[in-house]
Amino acid sequence: MNRLPLLFLGIFLTFASAWAGLVAYPYLKLGQLLPITNEETGELAPPPLSGIADAGQDVYAANGCLYCHSQQVRPAYLSTDIAKGLGPRRTVARDYIRSRPAFLGTMRTGPDLTNVGLRYSAEWQHRHLYEPGEVSKGSIMPAFRYLYIMQKIEGAPNADALKDLTGPHAPKPGYEVVPTEDAKALVAYLLSLKRNYPLPESPEEALE
Amino acid sequence: MTTLAESLNPSSSEQTLEKIERSAIDASARLPVLLFFGTAIFWLLIGSLLALVASFKMSIPGFLDNEAWLTFGRVRPAHMNTVIYGWASAAGIGVGLWLMARLCRVAMMHTSLLIVAAIFWNLGVLVGTLGILAGDSRSIEWLEFPGYSTPILFIAYAFIGIWGIIMFRFRRPGHVYVSQWYLLAAFLWFPWLYGTVNILLIWQPILGSAQGAVNWWYAHNVLGLWFTPIGLASAYYMIPKVIGRPIHSYYLSILGFWSLALFYSWNGMHHLIGGPFPAWMISASVVASIMMFIPVITVAINHHMTMKGHFGGLKWSPTLRFTVFGAMSYTVVSFQGSLMAIPTLNQITHFTHYTIGHSHLGLYAFFTMMMFGAMYYITPRLVGWEWPSANLIRWHFWLAAIGILVMVGALTLGGIIQGLALYDPAVNFMNSMHFASPFLWVRSISGLLLTAAHVIFAVHFVMMLLQMGSKRGEPTLFARPVLEEETLSV
Repeated sequence: MNRLPLLFLGIFLTFASAWAGLVAYPYLKLGQLLPITNEETGELAPPPLSGIADAGQDVYAANGCLYCHSQQVRPAYLSTDIAKGLGPRRTVARDYIRSRPAFLGTMRTGPDLTNVGLRYSAEWQHRHLYEPGEVSKGSIMPAFRYLYIMQKIEGAPNADALKDLTGPHAPKPGYEVVPTEDAKALVAYLLSLKRNYPLPESPEEALE
Repeated sequence: MTTLAESLNPSSSEQTLEKIERSAIDASARLPVLLFFGTAIFWLLIGSLLALVASFKMSIPGFLDNEAWLTFGRVRPAHMNTVIYGWASAAGIGVGLWLMARLCRVAMMHTSLLIVAAIFWNLGVLVGTLGILAGDSRSIEWLEFPGYSTPILFIAYAFIGIWGIIMFRFRRPGHVYVSQWYLLAAFLWFPWLYGTVNILLIWQPILGSAQGAVNWWYAHNVLGLWFTPIGLASAYYMIPKVIGRPIHSYYLSILGFWSLALFYSWNGMHHLIGGPFPAWMISASVVASIMMFIPVITVAINHHMTMKGHFGGLKWSPTLRFTVFGAMSYTVVSFQGSLMAIPTLNQITHFTHYTIGHSHLGLYAFFTMMMFGAMYYITPRLVGWEWPSANLIRWHFWLAAIGILVMVGALTLGGIIQGLALYDPAVNFMNSMHFASPFLWVRSISGLLLTAAHVIFAVHFVMMLLQMGSKRGEPTLFARPVLEEETLSV
C-alpha cells in the first residue's frame, strides 16, 4: 500500500465515522436533555439534588464506589434487573442529567445502587459505611472508617454520633463516632438515589 | 558495473551497508527507547503491587482498610492507570518508535526532545497516580487521572506522536510495510481519542447521560486503536524477522488493517448493553463487535500461514515464543469479545468478573506478552549486549504464561457462576458474591506468579543495562536453533 493520501484519508474517515456516531451524536442529543415538569404537581423529574447530595458525588468518585456498584437498570427484554427488584423501570438518559460523572458502572461485585435511596435510612448507611460486615454479614465491602472520627464525649453527646455500633471498632464507653462532612455528603447522595419518578420515555414494566 | 576493488572492499557490499545503516538507527534510538522501556518496567512493578493489594482486599476486606489512600476504590484505578499509561503505553511507544525508525530506515533526530517527552510522560503518570491515591480520582473508567495530570500526558504525547510521524515523512523511498500502516494509524488515533475525552469529560464535562457513551468509546478504542495496532505492528515485524520468511499474504494484511480500522472504532457501546442509550447506538456496537471476526480471522490466518512449518522456532527464540503467545491470545480474546457482545450472552457476563478476565486476556496475554517479545528482540540491539541468562527468560515466560492462563481461567469460570447467580431472580444477591469468592483467591495467587515474572524481567533488564554476564557472540536463545532456511536471523 503505497498510495499515501488514500492511507491517510482511510485512517481519518474510519475513525471519524465512529466519532460522529458515538461522540458527536450523544454530545448533541443526550448532552442537551432537560428535566420534565409534571403539570399537575409542578415537580421536576428527575428532581434536583440538594447541595450536600451533589457534594456527595465527589466523595463517591474519590473513593471509587463505582468499581463495585453499578447504577443502571436494564430493560426486561435484556435482563432480569426488574424482576430482581433493582427498580420499577429501566433507566434512561434523562435519569443521569444531574450526575457528574454518570456513575453507570460495569461491575456488580456489590448490589446496584440505582434506587438505594428507597431501601435504607441515613442511620443504616452510616453504620454500614463505618463497618459493613457488622450490618451486612458476609459482605466484602471495605470499611470507610476513615470518613468518621472517634472522639471522647465531652459534655452532651454529639447529635450526629452513630448509634448501636457493634464489633471491634465500636466506641469504648465514654467515646463516640461522628461522621465527617464527607461521610454526611456521601450518605446524602446515597439517599438521593431514587429513580422512582415517572418519565414518559420509560414506562414501568409489568413483570411476566 | 562493480570494479574489482569495490567488490573486494567489505564496506561497499550491500549487506554491510545495511548493517551500518541499522546500527546507526539503533544508536540514535538507544537513549529514548531504553528510557521508555526502563520506566515502563518500573510502572509494571508498581502496577503489579497495586493489583495484588486490590486483589487480596476482595478476599480479605479488612486488609489495609484503615487508610483512605489504600481503600479498594483508589488502589484499583491506580493499578489500572499505572499499567495502561505507565507500562503498556510507554512500552508500546518505545517499541513503536523503534519499529518506525527501522522500517522507515531513518535515524531518530533531536532525540533530546524525545527524552524530555519521556520524562514528562512519566511525570504525568506519577502525578496522576498520586492524585488518584490522594482522592482526586475522576471515577471515569480508564480516565481516572485527575485534570491536573492529563495535560502533562497530552503534551508529552504530542512530541512522541509527532516524532513518529516525522520519521514516516522522511522515510527512505520504497514499499510501506504493514507494520508502518498500523503504527502511523495508532500515532494519529491516540491524540484524537485522548484529546476528545480530555475536553468532553475532564475540562468541560458534558451532561452525565452522554458521558457513558464517550467514556466507553474512548476506553474500548484505547485498546482497539492504540494498543492493538502497536501489538499487531510488532507481530507483523517480529514473526517474519525471526523465522526469516515474508508475511504470507499482502492482501490479507490490507483486509485485516482496514476492517480493524472500520469496525473496532465502533465497538465501545457493547460495554453498555441495556444501558440508558438509544437502541441504535448499542446495536451499532454489537454489530461492529461481531464484524470484528473479519479482521481477527484475517490476521490469524496471515500469521498462522507465515508461521506454518516454522513452529520449531518457538523452542529456541524467546522473541518468537512471547510474540506467538501474544498473537494467539489476540485471536482468542477477540473471539471472546465478539461473543460477549451478543446480548443473550452479555446479560450473564455483564457486571461480573468475567469481563475483568477478558480485559486481562487482551491487555496482558495479548499486548503485554507481545511487548515482552519485542523488548527481548530490541534491547540487545540498543545496549550492544546479549541477554545474560536464557534461564531467566525461561522463568519469565512460564510464570507469565501460566499466571495469566490461571487468572483468566479463574475469572472466566467465577464470572459465569457469578453471572448466573445475578441473573436468577430466585438467588439472593449475597450468594453471587460468595460463589465468586474462591475464584478470587485463585486470581490473587495467579497475580503472585505474574508479579514474580515481572520481578525476574526487571532484574534481568537491569543486568542487561549493566552488561553483566559474559560477552556472547550470539543472541541468547533457549536452545540451538534448527536451521530451516538460510536467511535466519534472531
